[in-house]
Amino acid sequence: MSTHPATPAPQHSQNVGSVSSTQKDFLTIDINGQKFGIPILQVQDVLGEIKVTRIPLAPPQVSGSLNLRGRIVTAIDVRKCLGLPTLEENKKHMSVVVIHDDELYSLIIDKVGDVLTLQEKEFEQNPATLDITWKSVSLGVYRLDGEILVILDVPKLLLSLQHPN
Amino acid sequence: MDDLIVEFLTETNESLQELDTDLITLEQNPNDKNLISKIFRLMHTIKGTCGFLGLPRLETVAHRAENVMGRFRDGNLEVTPEYVSLILESLDRVRFLLGHIEATSTEPEGSDAELIEKLDSVYEGRDAFQSGGTAPPQTEKETPPSSELEMPSFDDVRTLIADQPTEHTTEPAITTPAAVKEQKESKDSTESAIANQSLRVNVDVLENLMTMVSELVLTRNQLMQIARSDKDSGFVTPLQRLNHVVSDLQEGVMKTRMQPIGNAWAKLPRIIRDLSMELGKKIDLVMTGQDTELDRQVLDMIKDPLTHMVRNSGDHGIEPPADRIKAGKPETGTVHLRAYHEGGHIIIEIADDGRGLPLEKIKKKIIQNGLASEEEVARMSPQQIQQYIFHAGFSTADKVTSVSGRGVGMDVVRTNIEKIGGSIEMNSIEGKGSTFSIKIPLTLAIVSSLIVAVGGERFAIPQLAVRELVLVSQKSEHRIEMIKDTPVFRLREKLLPLVSLNDLLKLGNNNALSSGFDHKYIIVTQVGGYSFGLIVDQVFDTEEIVVKPVAKILKDLTLFSGNTILGDGSVIMILDPGGIAKVTGETSMPEDSDATTSSSSALTSETKTSLLLFTAGDDAPKAVPLSIISRLENIELSTIEQSDGQMLVQYRGTLMPLIPFNSSVTLGSEGQKPLLVFADRGKSVGIIVDSIIDIREEVIDIQVSRNKPGLVGSAIISGKATEIIEVMHYLNSVHGDWFKDHGDEPYLQQNAAESVNGKPLPRKILLVDDSPFFRNMLCPVLTVAGYDVVAVESPIKALELSERGDKFDLIISDIEMPEMNGFDFATKVRSSKEWQNTPMVAMTSHSTPEDIDHGYKSGFDRYIAKFDRETLLDTINRTLALGGHQS
Repeated sequence: MSTHPATPAPQHSQNVGSVSSTQKDFLTIDINGQKFGIPILQVQDVLGEIKVTRIPLAPPQVSGSLNLRGRIVTAIDVRKCLGLPTLEENKKHMSVVVIHDDELYSLIIDKVGDVLTLQEKEFEQNPATLDITWKSVSLGVYRLDGEILVILDVPKLLLSLQHPN
Repeated sequence: MDDLIVEFLTETNESLQELDTDLITLEQNPNDKNLISKIFRLMHTIKGTCGFLGLPRLETVAHRAENVMGRFRDGNLEVTPEYVSLILESLDRVRFLLGHIEATSTEPEGSDAELIEKLDSVYEGRDAFQSGGTAPPQTEKETPPSSELEMPSFDDVRTLIADQPTEHTTEPAITTPAAVKEQKESKDSTESAIANQSLRVNVDVLENLMTMVSELVLTRNQLMQIARSDKDSGFVTPLQRLNHVVSDLQEGVMKTRMQPIGNAWAKLPRIIRDLSMELGKKIDLVMTGQDTELDRQVLDMIKDPLTHMVRNSGDHGIEPPADRIKAGKPETGTVHLRAYHEGGHIIIEIADDGRGLPLEKIKKKIIQNGLASEEEVARMSPQQIQQYIFHAGFSTADKVTSVSGRGVGMDVVRTNIEKIGGSIEMNSIEGKGSTFSIKIPLTLAIVSSLIVAVGGERFAIPQLAVRELVLVSQKSEHRIEMIKDTPVFRLREKLLPLVSLNDLLKLGNNNALSSGFDHKYIIVTQVGGYSFGLIVDQVFDTEEIVVKPVAKILKDLTLFSGNTILGDGSVIMILDPGGIAKVTGETSMPEDSDATTSSSSALTSETKTSLLLFTAGDDAPKAVPLSIISRLENIELSTIEQSDGQMLVQYRGTLMPLIPFNSSVTLGSEGQKPLLVFADRGKSVGIIVDSIIDIREEVIDIQVSRNKPGLVGSAIISGKATEIIEVMHYLNSVHGDWFKDHGDEPYLQQNAAESVNGKPLPRKILLVDDSPFFRNMLCPVLTVAGYDVVAVESPIKALELSERGDKFDLIISDIEMPEMNGFDFATKVRSSKEWQNTPMVAMTSHSTPEDIDHGYKSGFDRYIAKFDRETLLDTINRTLALGGHQS
């Protein structure tokens, strides 16, 4: 069911993260060509394609629920949360399992990238003109070589589902 | 030893142990407010509990110590080292008393007068330290012993006669802490024997364990599924063992969660006591079945509703003594609390013999609150009117007391009970009292569920709510009809509102128009008194599932009660029938409150009987009352075995004899045949038939009765002449001893035609028998013989009919019945106003001369062996001919 993470196991990098407060570790993910980062400590697991049971009447961002080693995980379509078009049918997707409030959520994204250790000095607040939906679920951005990494605020993302506007 | 005392000891010992460590600091820091409060609370708890448990000595000590600690706590007395020793002394005394209670489960004899005197003097501020004087403590110690030595002499003359001071008499005399300590040390070995036997485990740990076991069960189910497809694998045997171990483990862990219901009742006697004091009523609380165990979670959920209902019974139900005497009732009212198991459920009954529900008042309230119009109310049955007390904001109490009457009661009770998959029923007779019965599942963690599919998705429905399944096909008469866009279904002459699950869940695969209703299933669901049908595409198996709560972000979805992982590893949502009922417009007014009562109270000849129609041999349809069939099975003909000329089949672990319905039922060696299984008191028989046609609800109106064995007669059922089968004939042909305990003689045929024609007006017969099998057997027999029969399952129900004013020409009663036997019933009938002259026939397998004698003495007119039809009918005839009861 779950493919093994293509990236270094999260546990490894934990040590690195605690070395200095000026640098942090992020798991990078790719959604619709944009790179996002999730603080590595929030990541529980990385999954490949997995069977998801639909939950009728649930908010559209909730794709369903799945069985992760005997625990029920609620799957969230991050593309829908960010107001992006759904992934083409034949394209494969992956998910990142995060823990929030003692419950597991699986964030469905396009694909998982590397784990990056980033310096505080590269961090910047959200640009003032950023899309309002994005701004609400983003902690800020890092300037990388040639691209921008948007840091996902996972708790906020999940809370936004709890009280649908 | 009493469970309560054991628990009290465990708890108190634990608190004392905790204090021990703190006490050391008390010496250094005597005015530690926290610690003082802690001791105060402990003393307070001990005092309270002791009063409840009936331990006066310990109570007194704790009470006085509490007084003193109260002063310290409030800060109006400073804790000096002298007082510290007094505190220690009190604690040691408590410990000593506890030790004795633990060892002998009684309080030691003797008195604590000296210690109490000391405590009192401190409390009242007249001890040496407070009055300013530095009177040495010795004076105090000198005076009390004299008075104290007298005390035991009153208490216990024997000790004085024995002239050998026992531990109890000497102990109070030397009350230095050291002496008590010695005592305590000698008891040290036994001190916490009880505390050691039980272990306090955090509930979270247990919950966690339960979750893990649940996972294990699921994993096992998965493994078993794999093993089933691969029978030769070497895993089969170890898997079997794993299976057993897991089952045991599951049971064991479940057990840790089980608690006797008595725990939830513990504070009720106190509530009733306070209530009777406050309201000036005399109320007895009788509790039976405290040991009945149920899941802790369930227990927590029903605690408050129960308290509320008991309070209600005491407050609204029981009248003041004066009113009771006026009504001819004993001055003291009784609230009876009863708990017992019934097939995977716990039934809790709260019955009072008070004034019952005031119908007129409720009626007025209903109209006042605009819940129904006057005409509607006029047409309602008393039952329906009573149901209104479950409405929100409905209180009939004239004044709001501190106890109840605010009208936020019964609806909350009902909601709470329904939340845990339970149901509540009520029965009240004005002037006689009310009975509430609550039915709740044993556990919430694992529920048996029906797996269904709709719109390509699978869902689980708790089996508890499922009444029956119907397969509909639009071509047959079992079809779904539409009123505008609302689908309905005729279920046994009643319209059943339908809910398309596909539409409700917005699965929207195919627009469910009436053409789309072919080959759908209707799941007849019942929530409280409201029945409705759910339309689904497919029905799979039932599965034991572990309910897990849904994620927090989905908690707004009221249609689901949780989710779970099935044996095949997939996640499935669990539907909440209660939620569906609410969303789809439950009127909360059970139009079928009469349905619930009819099932339990009366089976009259006018009411319809559910009949199973089948064919065997020829084409003529045959019918048998559905209620006496315990199961329908399809039997693989190849599994039939022969033994001693008798066909047998292995069925649910036992051998069940089989009979073909008649010789023209062809039995090959291959294929399947439908089988009607009849079972009663552990015995079963299968009758092989050709095909099962239908289930019909009809009035059995025997048109032609025949002299053919095994046939009651013919009747028109769904427009066709149908033979009504006399099942007894078939059963007796297999088991000579089939109904040994009901009387041996096989029945003889009788010509019913005469009796039918002979009677201008049918005579009314009341049949009282606890066995549904016999009720259902005898009803048609008596009906055919031309009588009007009402059958009830217990004398209590029968007496209710008496109170309702029903009249009968004859009562036939079983003798061996739970709750009230036939003899007591007869005595009750004879002493009643309504029925005292009604002749009674006892029908039993117990017919020793003593029994018969006892029967006549109790008030029976005739005594006959069970299921001797000839004699029965003959006796009825003769008894009726004689007229009333011959005393």
